[in-house]
Amino acid sequence: MAEVPKKLTIPAEEYMCSGHLACQGCGAALAMRYALKALGPNTVYTVPACCWSVIDGPFPYTTLGVPLFHIAFEAAAASACGLSAGLEMMGKKDVNVVAWAGDGGTADIGIQALSGAAERNDNILYICYDNEAYMNTGVQRSSSTPWGAWTTTTPARHFKTRPKKNLVDIMVAHQIPYVATAAMAFPEDLVAKVAKAKGIEGTKYIQILASCPPGWRMAPEYAVKSVRLAVNTRLWPLLEVDHGVYTINRKPRKYTPVAGYVKLQGRFAHLTDEQVQEMQGMVDRNWDRLLFLEKSTHEMAGIPLEAEKAAAPKDKGPAAGGG
Amino acid sequence: MTKKVDVRGARDMPPMAKSLGRMSWNLTGSWRNVTPVIDYEKCTLCMLCWKFCPDLAITCTEPPRIILDFCKGCGVCAEECPVKCIEMKEGL
Amino acid sequence: MKQVVTGNHTVSHAARMARAQVVSAYPITPQTQVVEKISEFVADGVMDAKFIKVESEHSAMVACIGASAAGARAFTATSAQGLALMHEVLHWAANARLPVVLANINRAMGPPWTIWTDQIDSLSQRDTGWMQFYAESNQDIFDSILISFKVAEQVLLPAMVVLEAFFLSHTAEPVDFPEQEEVDRFLPPRVATHTVDPAHPAAFGGLTGPDHYYELKYMEHNAMLEAKEVIKRAAQEYGDLTGRYYDMADPYRCDDAETVLVVSGGVASTAKDAVDEARAAGKKLGSLKMWTFRPFPGEEVRELLLGKKKVAVVDRNISFGQEGIFCTEIKASLYGQKGAPPVVGFVAGLGGRDIKVADLLAMAEAAQKDDCPEFNWHGVKP
Repeated sequence: MAEVPKKLTIPAEEYMCSGHLACQGCGAALAMRYALKALGPNTVYTVPACCWSVIDGPFPYTTLGVPLFHIAFEAAAASACGLSAGLEMMGKKDVNVVAWAGDGGTADIGIQALSGAAERNDNILYICYDNEAYMNTGVQRSSSTPWGAWTTTTPARHFKTRPKKNLVDIMVAHQIPYVATAAMAFPEDLVAKVAKAKGIEGTKYIQILASCPPGWRMAPEYAVKSVRLAVNTRLWPLLEVDHGVYTINRKPRKYTPVAGYVKLQGRFAHLTDEQVQEMQGMVDRNWDRLLFLEKSTHEMAGIPLEAEKAAAPKDKGPAAGGG
Repeated sequence: MTKKVDVRGARDMPPMAKSLGRMSWNLTGSWRNVTPVIDYEKCTLCMLCWKFCPDLAITCTEPPRIILDFCKGCGVCAEECPVKCIEMKEGL
Repeated sequence: MKQVVTGNHTVSHAARMARAQVVSAYPITPQTQVVEKISEFVADGVMDAKFIKVESEHSAMVACIGASAAGARAFTATSAQGLALMHEVLHWAANARLPVVLANINRAMGPPWTIWTDQIDSLSQRDTGWMQFYAESNQDIFDSILISFKVAEQVLLPAMVVLEAFFLSHTAEPVDFPEQEEVDRFLPPRVATHTVDPAHPAAFGGLTGPDHYYELKYMEHNAMLEAKEVIKRAAQEYGDLTGRYYDMADPYRCDDAETVLVVSGGVASTAKDAVDEARAAGKKLGSLKMWTFRPFPGEEVRELLLGKKKVAVVDRNISFGQEGIFCTEIKASLYGQKGAPPVVGFVAGLGGRDIKVADLLAMAEAAQKDDCPEFNWHGVKP
């Protein structure tokens, strides 16, 4: 007889249903699924124009088991601030208020409202699910599109030669209590970070790398593998910044060259070996920079540096969080 | 699986576009052209397939079962299975 | 209790006494005193509200939308460029059927930079689905804000109360403030429905196809129509409470008037002096103050203007290439009606140029001539 397994490393409870409109292998759907497990039902979401505006389903339907307040493209953070203030005045201060936005609505058009909210340290959890382009409108480049990528507005002959905008450092510069990166290929880490963030007062920012098979020009079955590679090549480090102190959660001792990540995705197919080496150089330098930030911010805060501090316990049974 | 909501006109609608039901009437299983099949002889009940399904189309049970009504055939479960006991077979 | 207060501070007091719970605003001349005063109220604890000091007017309106969606009473104030910046989400507030109230200090649009008054900023928002109240005096500002909260929360449409830069915003006038208990009786706490509430999860504003979007607009339109009756009832109740009664189209000495000046805002006050002066000189002049622009009181306008000899609409605004906006609306409401008087339009006072009694009398004089052009640009220096 089928029964609930004991081997789970993330909470079993689901807060979204099947039947949603995400593409096959959608990383954003997985990111949402995990975030909801950490947040539980006492949560409201506000979502600007992005894939999730459509994934949730058309009127009169919804996919989420929590309220979803759709809002204009540039406005996610401001909407969350208003919801947070309004709920508090209604005597519901303990509700998790989450702004859930794509990279376009965060790094580009949404950055003003996000900066404003962070400067005020308003009590919101801002989650950017980053699929690295304007996917909902057909794969146009955003400032979060990585160096080297094809998009419809950075075609192969003019691929994106500006680096991916460093939102982590931008948010750290606002001096908010918690900034973190996550990836939907590492659900335990993601769940732990969202669970940690929801308990903090002030502005919390989490950026989740979420694969997009159509936009990354990749077979859908690599949705998780590709993002795992992003982390294990150190291209997308999993880290937390707690009141300005950087901690890299995962330091792969044997890391994969970035070529392995690039090979999997059609959006990088035009890159020459030299260009892939250039990308490797960027990854290496960024990693060194993060190591330096980790060391120096720990020193300045008088906190000893642990060899590796994971946000989540590794595969030790059902993880805490959720509800 | 839920039923569709019958909205015939203004009198069935709230004053604003507020949802009245869930998306689970939408059987996205019709999207796929390959279907995962689990070899239960090899399955170790690790639950990674359940964990990584974007469409919640795998039951959280021992053993896990594919929910064919909703499975979009993305193949993530087959790719992620550590013992490669899931095969993506042609057809529905 | 009567106090001498500027228009801006009257707005602040109205927000306080209406018990706005979330205020979210961004400074812009000549609105700044509104939010400065509200900041003081909140800091001193005399106003139980959260004041979100947003980084732009667009965010100000969005934060009001979020707060209102959560069920709170939300308020903001702005002017000209700020109102224009909110434009996208003014639509959002109305389409989401949220009873946000906004005070707009009418300021002319740049470039060039200007801080003085005209009505183009608010009238440009005509089609957003917001109710619009044009205040004649500081007393009117206070009363209109309370009435607009009550009406907005009933019909589920947002409302803006509009006041002229400097002529009202920075001019101190006596305002009779009711007691807080009286305000509370007139305007009890908001009973919000369809809120963003984890106890009743739903999606708000999701993708809607042609099958259903049309009916949503139909309902929104009907709400604006329903607002006419709701405004009348609320104004009646308010009048019974305070002795001050407001009409959506408010006549002054129109009964036996041959010529009627149609005016709005502070000019309505000046018009009464002009009418008195004309009457003293034996001229049968009257004035009609438009208190609400949306909903437009077509029935009242017809009742008051049909049978008159001449109507002269004074617009402190212009729709380029056409005419003044109130003029177009007045004409539309009289179109095809038996006894509809000829209507001529005067644009005046843009960018803060003063409209004096003498100006109004000159316009009335010009209007009475048979060969008065249909559209006139009063006092322009060509």
